[in-house]
Amino acid sequence: MDFIAGWFHHLYETTGLNFTVFYDPYDWHRYLGGLATTVLLCIVTIVLSLVIGALGALLQSAPSRLARNAVHVFVVVFRNTPPLVQIFFFYFGIGAILPASQGADGMRLPIISNVQWAIISLSLFAGAFNVEIFRSGIEAIPKTSVEAAEALGYTRFKAYVHVILPLALRVCLPALNNNLVNLVKTTTLAYAIAVPETLYEVKQIWGESQNVLEMMLVLFITYGVLVGILVLIMHGWERMLRIPGYGR
Amino acid sequence: MALAGVLNAAMAAEGVDGIKKRGTLVVGVKADYKPFGFRSPEGAVIGIEPDLAADLAKRLGVKLELVPVVASNRIEFLQQGKIDVLLATMSDTPERRKVVQAIDPPYYSDFVNVLLPKSSKIGDWADLKGKTLCATSGSWYNKDVARTYGAELSAFDGSEKPLLALKQGNCVGYVYDQTFIQGRLLEADWSGAYAMPLKGVLPTRWIMAVAPGNDTLKTFLEGATKDWMKSGLIMAEEKKFGITPTEYARAMHDQMAAPAK
Repeated sequence: MDFIAGWFHHLYETTGLNFTVFYDPYDWHRYLGGLATTVLLCIVTIVLSLVIGALGALLQSAPSRLARNAVHVFVVVFRNTPPLVQIFFFYFGIGAILPASQGADGMRLPIISNVQWAIISLSLFAGAFNVEIFRSGIEAIPKTSVEAAEALGYTRFKAYVHVILPLALRVCLPALNNNLVNLVKTTTLAYAIAVPETLYEVKQIWGESQNVLEMMLVLFITYGVLVGILVLIMHGWERMLRIPGYGR
Repeated sequence: MALAGVLNAAMAAEGVDGIKKRGTLVVGVKADYKPFGFRSPEGAVIGIEPDLAADLAKRLGVKLELVPVVASNRIEFLQQGKIDVLLATMSDTPERRKVVQAIDPPYYSDFVNVLLPKSSKIGDWADLKGKTLCATSGSWYNKDVARTYGAELSAFDGSEKPLLALKQGNCVGYVYDQTFIQGRLLEADWSGAYAMPLKGVLPTRWIMAVAPGNDTLKTFLEGATKDWMKSGLIMAEEKKFGITPTEYARAMHDQMAAPAK
């Protein structure tokens, strides 16, 4: 660690490239904290958006017209508006209306924190896309497969869970892959409501050290690695779900 | 009177004439205070204050020599004659005015302070420990506030979003330039439920200084300071080094640049 710090100090002195995160412990801890928050945001929002997508796709073919319309409105609203606007809307708009508890020192304590708002907002945004992605997968399933499931005595819900969704998932994985990669990158927008994720911390660091270029490089590499890991997992999942002879 | 004149002349040997004879103006500046005086990657001292010092040398038609100083030695350097002018983020205090000659008007000024709800029980900076403060991302003192007072900072772009977040109770207060906070408190929107009960911290008014008795240099520097304010040089320097122009710099520019009545 001392060697690395020394090297980056030397780099700064000789070239002017100031990678403070690699030799200033304070900046390093801020960067690590940001990375941890980003990873948390990614994992939670990916899981939630998948759940929202699956539920939404199920409700899209629900017998109740109300449920179908509700999903439609949800998709239109969250897919067609910018995610940054949604984050601001939740944090500054909804957050202001919600009741808040009273802190010990007489301060207003919001019931939902900025991190929680970011998770809610990003999950809904990515979830809206996932609904449509799952729909594309469901519609690609041969009608005969669904009929076969029904003939076997599956209820609508059971057929969805055990037959339709697994088959649909296989078909829509590449599209889902794209959307989740997008979601990982969109988590950076949470910086706008002061969620201490990677971009937020890096911005603080370059605000103080004026090393924008260097910190930009760190950012690019960080997200390159994060997305790389996600893609690796998703490709592994695709291989796992491969059905020999199906879809070829 | 005559005696006093002789004494002054002796003490002000390095006055404007002395400097012109020597051909070099020696200015004490900070080398560790971004963006007012800091080291470039090549090791040169650069920043707002070195630029202002360069302007002084240009006005005198002499070369400039910068001497890096720190808070603990700068006044001694001036008293010992190692530097002609002290231009090093020095806050204006009565104690310092006793030992050096301050140049008026102060060339720069601002506090850092916190906008707090009146219902808040925070009465001291120490009470902020562990509390969340809204802040503006990129403010150069954020790190200082966080480290010195143990406050958690929630930084947003610009000043409107942190103010909104404060109103919604997402933080206990908004830490920002005091002049800005004062401006807000003039608005009915804020004056009702908010206040600025804490003492401003971090920089106060910043003064240039010369050795006691160096009246010719003092007079020259006072003229130069007024010219900077008139021409907007200080504001231009603030912009050049990426800091928000302070209310003080703006007000002094307006005041000095206003046509004489």
